[in-house]
Amino acid sequence: MSDDRIHPIVMPKWGLSMEEGKLSSWLADEGADIGPGDDIMEVETDKITNVVEATKTGVLRRRLGEEGVVYPVRALLGVLADRNVAEDEIDAFVGTYDVPQASGRGDAADAGPVYEFIETPSGRLRYAKRGESGAPVVLVHGFGGDLDNWLFNIDALAEVAKVCAFDLPGHGQSAKALPDGGLEGLARALGQFMDGVGFDAAHLVGHSMGGAVVANLALSAPERATSLTLIDSAGLGHAINGDYISGFVGAQSRRELKPVLKDLFADPKLVNRKLVDDLLRYKRLDGVTEALSDLAASLFAGGRQTTVLAGPLGRIECPRLVIWGGEDAVIPASDAYAVDGAVVEVVAGAGHMVQMEAAGKVNELIIRHMAGS
Amino acid sequence: MTRVISMKDAINEALDQEMSRDPTVIVMGEDIVGGAGAPGEDDAWGGVLGVTKGLYAKHGDRLMDTPLSESAYVGAAVGAATCGLRPVAELMFIDFMGVCFDEIFNQAAKFRYMFGGKAETPVTIRAMVGGGFRAAAQHSQMLTPVFTHIPGLKVVCPSNAYDAKGLLIQSIRDNDPVIFCEHKSLYADEVDVPEESYAIPFAEANIVREGGDATIVTYGLMVQRSMEAAENLAEDGIDCEVIDLRTLSPIDMDTVLESVENTGRLVCVDEANPRCSIAADIAAQVCQEAFAKLKAAPRMVNPPHTPVPFSPALEDLYLPSADAVASAVRKTIAS
Repeated sequence: MSDDRIHPIVMPKWGLSMEEGKLSSWLADEGADIGPGDDIMEVETDKITNVVEATKTGVLRRRLGEEGVVYPVRALLGVLADRNVAEDEIDAFVGTYDVPQASGRGDAADAGPVYEFIETPSGRLRYAKRGESGAPVVLVHGFGGDLDNWLFNIDALAEVAKVCAFDLPGHGQSAKALPDGGLEGLARALGQFMDGVGFDAAHLVGHSMGGAVVANLALSAPERATSLTLIDSAGLGHAINGDYISGFVGAQSRRELKPVLKDLFADPKLVNRKLVDDLLRYKRLDGVTEALSDLAASLFAGGRQTTVLAGPLGRIECPRLVIWGGEDAVIPASDAYAVDGAVVEVVAGAGHMVQMEAAGKVNELIIRHMAGS
Repeated sequence: MTRVISMKDAINEALDQEMSRDPTVIVMGEDIVGGAGAPGEDDAWGGVLGVTKGLYAKHGDRLMDTPLSESAYVGAAVGAATCGLRPVAELMFIDFMGVCFDEIFNQAAKFRYMFGGKAETPVTIRAMVGGGFRAAAQHSQMLTPVFTHIPGLKVVCPSNAYDAKGLLIQSIRDNDPVIFCEHKSLYADEVDVPEESYAIPFAEANIVREGGDATIVTYGLMVQRSMEAAENLAEDGIDCEVIDLRTLSPIDMDTVLESVENTGRLVCVDEANPRCSIAADIAAQVCQEAFAKLKAAPRMVNPPHTPVPFSPALEDLYLPSADAVASAVRKTIAS
């Protein structure tokens, strides 16, 4: 019954803890021609609301899911198929569709631990590893972030690559003590992490402060970077939204943090209760406020970026891709053009967290960039 | 790293981590180590329900078994707090507080005020609260309003293991006397708790469920019952916001008022007896501050004004149920 002409559209699984999601709205009509990257539906979880994009080509033949209804992960919500597939074939596909067990914890047990820990000279680091074959890729999050900032990217990239995302020192569930040396210390930790997972070189992808981290490593140890992807990256100009940085570091309560987080997205609706709660849980851990204050003082003193690497980045041979959310309210999108010789893609309608807000587009750009490197 | 642990283990971990971090933290109470006459850690009780089990082996004489005299050892803890230690006194059941009210109400709560801000009393007094444990009238009370009433005391009552750990750490680090109320029916409940130390600030209520039709304000064991009611009501299209106060003094009225300004309807759920309760306090403050936003009279869900019954059938009827909460919400919606 399963063939290349019929593709199920299912409730996605975004992250370990997701067991169900609400189909908030359909974004394509029945009978519409769909191609990869086209918006199909909007799904809301307790963590985040996001758009599900098509990965295949076809006609949206069935919309089975009802708007406003909560479905388990992998439940069949629609069918994408060639125009020439007969109606009764589609009905048969739907009738025999076997919904995999929708328990998130069960899936995690089958697939082994989702998060792992590794001891490095920069302390214990948490990471996630996906993908069996292909070139190594390392994803590096930004200031105050963690590896879940790549929730919508890691699985898509793992289809063509061996992908690791990790929590920088001072972040997520990694050791909270920062290595010496500010940015250099974080770049050293990245190198040590790659040593630990056995990556001599990798496609390095960095978001925001993580962009400055991967750039720093690529400049100091060029042999370790197969390619560079800098997303809404720090280190390309002096300007930064200093109110965001000080607001994020200083916020102690949901009430203080929530308005600050709106600067991260073009669509402020994406800042939901769970996102704020998760960040507060992180910020409350002993040592986090000190780590963030120290980093902010070192990298963003006085509301300006202290390190600008755009000049040297323009003179290296490593292939460079710069992606930016056109509505970025933290680091100006004009910085996207600061690196000579880089391929630049500015994604309209997305903010600082462009890899979340326009995940399909960003994944496609990174995969194409790696293929050409 | 997070893992799933019980509220009892989360409290134990908070005490362990604070004792490791700060040598001035000491723990005292009845049977918290081995019980009277016991030879030592081998048969350590770790308290009446085992919350402090294992701590004596790690921290030795910084845990003290005390005589069966609450006024003596709570007084000692208050005195030690004024002299540079951070004692955590365990009182078993909050019902026994009556015998040491002078030490708590007249001494600990007053020092900062009476000495012109020059004295600090960083003492934490832990005690089990609440019903449902078949422990009868003298071991089941929810006396949170009694302590909330006294200026100079802070009052905390967590609803889950994550909050219990972070709030107990904050209580120990806090420079004022804190009454830390642990619901015994929640001890076995498990949630994700980080291994690392963390402190949850006081006066920050937790919105455990968002909704636009009615606001349910509660704390402690009643958070679960209110959530169950909210899920049942959602099936009928009634969307409740559920607020877990977490700390009763200081209290986060801003979060409550913001929510009521949005929903226009308030149900206060409190395991304490109704007169002068936390529910009554919230209802009164909302009426005073946001009367114009209310679409219906606030409702209170409390047990009746009686002692907690020993009969299991009666005790189950006594404690507010999810159905009682749902029924109160329906009444505010209908009116």
